[in-house]
Amino acid sequence: MSPGSSHARHLAEAGRLANEIRLSVEQVSYAYSANPAQAPLFTLEATSFQARPGEIVAILGPNASGKSTLLKLIAGALAPLSGRILLNGFVTHSLTPRTRAQRIAVVQQESRLLFPARAWEFVLQGRHAHGRSLRFESEDDVLIAKNALAQVGAADLSDRWMDQISGGEKQRVILARALAQQPLLLLLDEPTLHLDIAAQIGLLDALRRLAAANRYTVVVVTHELNLAAEYADQVVLMQRGRCLRVGPPINIYQRELLEQVFQTPLTVELGSSGRPRVTVLAGTET
Amino acid sequence: MRPLTLRRLLLQCFALLVILFVVVVIAIKFGAVPVSLYALGRDLWNVLLHQRSNISSDYVLIIQNIRLPRILLGIMVGASLSVAGTSFQALLRNPLADPYVLGVSSGAGLGAILALIVEPRVTLSPVFAALLTPLGAFLGAAATVTVVYLLGRREGQIDSTTLLLGGVITASFISAIIMFLMSTLTGNLRGLSFWLMGDLSTPLQKSVYWFLGIGFVFASGAIYTTASDLNLLLAGEKEAMHLGVDVPRVRLVVYIAASLLTGLAVSVSGAIGYVGLIVPHVMRLIFGSDHRTLLPTAAIGGAIAVVFADTLARTVVAPNELAVGAVTAVVGAPLFIYLLRRRLA
Repeated sequence: MSPGSSHARHLAEAGRLANEIRLSVEQVSYAYSANPAQAPLFTLEATSFQARPGEIVAILGPNASGKSTLLKLIAGALAPLSGRILLNGFVTHSLTPRTRAQRIAVVQQESRLLFPARAWEFVLQGRHAHGRSLRFESEDDVLIAKNALAQVGAADLSDRWMDQISGGEKQRVILARALAQQPLLLLLDEPTLHLDIAAQIGLLDALRRLAAANRYTVVVVTHELNLAAEYADQVVLMQRGRCLRVGPPINIYQRELLEQVFQTPLTVELGSSGRPRVTVLAGTET
Repeated sequence: MRPLTLRRLLLQCFALLVILFVVVVIAIKFGAVPVSLYALGRDLWNVLLHQRSNISSDYVLIIQNIRLPRILLGIMVGASLSVAGTSFQALLRNPLADPYVLGVSSGAGLGAILALIVEPRVTLSPVFAALLTPLGAFLGAAATVTVVYLLGRREGQIDSTTLLLGGVITASFISAIIMFLMSTLTGNLRGLSFWLMGDLSTPLQKSVYWFLGIGFVFASGAIYTTASDLNLLLAGEKEAMHLGVDVPRVRLVVYIAASLLTGLAVSVSGAIGYVGLIVPHVMRLIFGSDHRTLLPTAAIGGAIAVVFADTLARTVVAPNELAVGAVTAVVGAPLFIYLLRRRLA
């Protein structure tokens, strides 16, 4: 077969994939125990869901429900006990760290720095997986990093020191680094933690815009019921290591279900945007 | 945005090499017998022209046989210790890590002494016998890093204070064993101050210089291939992994190569302290914390620091000599306290 036809086939493949499943979590389970001889301290029961390019999936649930574990499994950082996770047909855990970083970007709760770095240096780290181990950043890398900063509205932060900018600004720079990886899949672990309301909205607006424009599949772990309802296309509802429901917010946000999962009285109504809105009833007895 | 370019890196290294050259000239000039720069230049000229009859006997005796080998040794030891310090700081994610402070130098010293004790008792080919001491020092260094790393770990995380404390205690424990071994042994072993404080005055065979040089190029080259991985590793192992770093491989390469550098340096110069701490810190202040710059500049900076410290050690109380480790400790220990307090603040 000539290289030309293989290229054409590749393009056709890419076109077909654009409307198909990109991320497929298939009956994935996990068990964590401090000592292999003992009973596991935490188990994640078989969980399945699928996501397309441009889609935002929110993993929702109270503390210790297995949200972060599920995210680590998707990232390929943990090997599932059973089941598998496919990204464009490849098992995420089996990819080399380099290949994985070219396809999956992970934004963690916080990034600690041992020595000071400027924002642009930090964003350029996202290009690491795209170069050889010992090399100097190319003009392309610089361009991609600049674009990434601009896309999250942080172009003006480029020359600032990372330890001298606000939490919201820092979170945007961290997101820019993830964009510089040019991933297929963007994973975020409670990105809105420690952010004020305006910064939370700003970040999620940016995320929705980017998911649509760059065709990322986004999976975000969050506590924020209303932000998830507003921004997610799909919600994965978790409780104590079990995946209770998967579906669009409107199907998941039912009063009895959420009250039972979050152990607190609340009301659910339809907001002006056509998406459900949750009000937690503080101070009332159950 | 100003990403690092090869041109800028080479310029920075060149500037430091010029400083190293000046320090080397100073080191050749000063000593128990002063040499004038004019005589030095004239002799050097004659050496270049191969006019052996015109070279003064002072030059051959003092410069060629005594000072130059010692300077060369200082350059290799300084560069090795400084690169090892930089690597341990990245590997253990602790800016205060240094082969001496962590007890790795003491461990290398103990390994070297044990090799010296074993050497006469086993029959080996001469080539391998010469390698026995550096090999012992390497194994001692590697074993000590492992012990200190395990001591410094709490609940799967490295706790920086526990790590440093573990290193200091390990160092004093190993020093006690070294003192014990030295007091029970007599014969062809180097003095106690050599192993505990470091000393460059012992003359070495020519083949040892080659061995040191090749070992340095090999080990620091291996570390340099991981330079941009080390930049990411500083942000944490998980984050580095998500950015595409093969963390276990990088850790293994840096761990073995840095132990090798420490072992090589200690087997020929004893435990010279704080070079691996001071030099990377100064270079970070000047050139930033990118390891692609930091590793080569720290290597040249380490050479400058040790050659300069050794010149002081030779001249301050001339015609007697100080141990070079005493000079580096006088500067390094207060700096260590300052950095520790600033970190805790």
